[in-house]
Amino acid sequence: MLVAELFASSLRMAVPILLTAIGAVYTERSGIVNIGLEGMMIVGSFWASVGAYFYGPIMGLIYAMMAGAFLALIHSVATVTFRVNQVVSGVALNILAYGSSRFLSLIIFNKATTSHHVSGFKTVDIPGLSEIAFLQPLMTDISPILIMALILVPVSKYIIDKTVFGLRLRSVGENPLAADTLGINVFAMRYAGVIISGMLAGAAGAYLTMEHTGMYVEGMTQGKGYIAMAAMIFGNWTPTGTLWASLLFGFAEALSLRAGEGSIIPYQFIKMIPYVLTLAVLTGIVKKSTPPAASGVPYDRSTG
Amino acid sequence: MKIRKLLALSLVVLLVVGLMTGCGQKAQEPEESTPESQQQEPEEKRIKVGLVYDIGGRGDLSFNDSAYAGLKQAEQDFGLEVTDLEPSGGGEDREQLLRLLAEDGYDLIFGVGFMFTDHIAKVAEEFPDVKFGLIDGAVEDIDSSSNISCLLFKEHEGSFLVGAAAALRSESGKVGFIGGMKSPLIERFEYGYLAGAKYANPNIETFSDYVGTTGDAFKDPVKAKELALKQIKAGADVLYHASGASGIGMIEAATANEKLSIGVDSDQSLTATDEQKPFILTSMMKRVDNSVYETIKNFVEDKFEGGYRVFGLNDDGVGYAENEFNKDLISDIQPKLEELKDKVIKGEIEVPADKNEYEEFLKTLK
Repeated sequence: MLVAELFASSLRMAVPILLTAIGAVYTERSGIVNIGLEGMMIVGSFWASVGAYFYGPIMGLIYAMMAGAFLALIHSVATVTFRVNQVVSGVALNILAYGSSRFLSLIIFNKATTSHHVSGFKTVDIPGLSEIAFLQPLMTDISPILIMALILVPVSKYIIDKTVFGLRLRSVGENPLAADTLGINVFAMRYAGVIISGMLAGAAGAYLTMEHTGMYVEGMTQGKGYIAMAAMIFGNWTPTGTLWASLLFGFAEALSLRAGEGSIIPYQFIKMIPYVLTLAVLTGIVKKSTPPAASGVPYDRSTG
Repeated sequence: MKIRKLLALSLVVLLVVGLMTGCGQKAQEPEESTPESQQQEPEEKRIKVGLVYDIGGRGDLSFNDSAYAGLKQAEQDFGLEVTDLEPSGGGEDREQLLRLLAEDGYDLIFGVGFMFTDHIAKVAEEFPDVKFGLIDGAVEDIDSSSNISCLLFKEHEGSFLVGAAAALRSESGKVGFIGGMKSPLIERFEYGYLAGAKYANPNIETFSDYVGTTGDAFKDPVKAKELALKQIKAGADVLYHASGASGIGMIEAATANEKLSIGVDSDQSLTATDEQKPFILTSMMKRVDNSVYETIKNFVEDKFEGGYRVFGLNDDGVGYAENEFNKDLISDIQPKLEELKDKVIKGEIEVPADKNEYEEFLKTLK
């Protein structure tokens, strides 16, 4: 029972990381580094509250994804068309997301840091499995967005590995010049990759606002966008690897919440677990990581 | 090429605008109220009162909103010119905002939250003619001649009462506490609450957890909700939080599982949704609004005094909330709570405010 509960909690903590990390796979595979995922998650969490407050949860999700996609569009205009340094653009977008959310929150809700209460999707129980007592915490009261995130893993794997779109996406990320000479529209593919990542990061924000707390609170993303990037790298730029990495990070968070006071380890150290894990993963443990060859490199036809 | 440059430039402008909107906005209230108040007192120079919020900002439905309520009340009653500012996300610009208000000729400036302690001490020294109110923090070595007035609360006394209420109401014999940033201030809430629960029912089992160790812990409802779910799964059926905006997550978790929650600082029944209202047992009221109002009143009447002002149960600086929504929940335990309140005020019960005192307190129970 306790173990199942721990896993259920890990899963809940993992969902926003997973959604964003899958998005990160798309954008990185197309050759664009997207540090702005955190910002896209922030606008997602804010716009979800706007959509859900006025029109219900479905519009909340749509608003969030559109807001994320809009920010991603700015990122792609800057990095793909104008070949701005991708990290700089992403960082700028994070600041823009933060400022614009606060500004609009003041206008729309008349308070700077929180929205009104919003309701999320109706939770679902998995028929059959929810009857088994041991699995109950895992199988009941599940958010549809959580299910959507899990389904997205095999779907993305299929899209990236098996479809024409996926092949083209990967080729522009590995060698844009070669892809271009074969007649693939490098720019369009990269725009698509970045915008998909923005939509998924927005959906992750919507999950936080609508499904988890029922309210937008400024700063509620708490750096999950960055952790998602780490999860994507840890997952070796693949959807399935990303799933395991996200679950690991979710598990670390859930564990740090469960290891209470009174244990031998000082409290502050327990709270560090997820961050130390991120650091460890990024610096040492990942040995065999193979990023797309052209990731982070702007493509210019005249210079190749 | 030209178009490219133009586009790039407009992108830069967009980002800069984004940056600026991120840095503390002025609330619009002063402009709105200006015409009316000016008509009332056209000649007199109006007193200017400024207030800078803590992390979480206005709209946290708890601590900061309470300060805002006091400011608004004073604005109405005394025809002041007021401004309230919100620091940036991490609160790094607290000191700048204080200085900004001081330079702008504000007569009385409040810093809401203990994180302002050092900043107010510094700015107050630079602007000796400006008066400062510091909520929840204590600047060392000041007396009544100082231009700083520290407004402190005996949170542990109020928490003691809601702790007793939790224990009396709990059916499972287990109650929980969720704190925001682990700090001596929040520990006052924690140990007061635990002591109250143990006093009302020595066999009660208690859980306590903290969201984190930085200011961000006051705006992380995601973690607060997970912590609440953990405590609920462990059997707790009444939960209390002292975690600012994070507490929204706790109330959400408690409501979804049909458990009771206890709000903090403001009366959180009033701001909850209709589904949540029946599950809010009460709120530990910390009358930040009263303290702000009273300080402004004293200032207007030229009776401002520096030093320390402590609000406790005896002067209704802290207490528990009763309203139309929780009547049925607390009416039968209210006599008991009032009895405890009397005992605390008379000093018959020493409410512990930290871990050591709490352990001593537990010994006296046996």
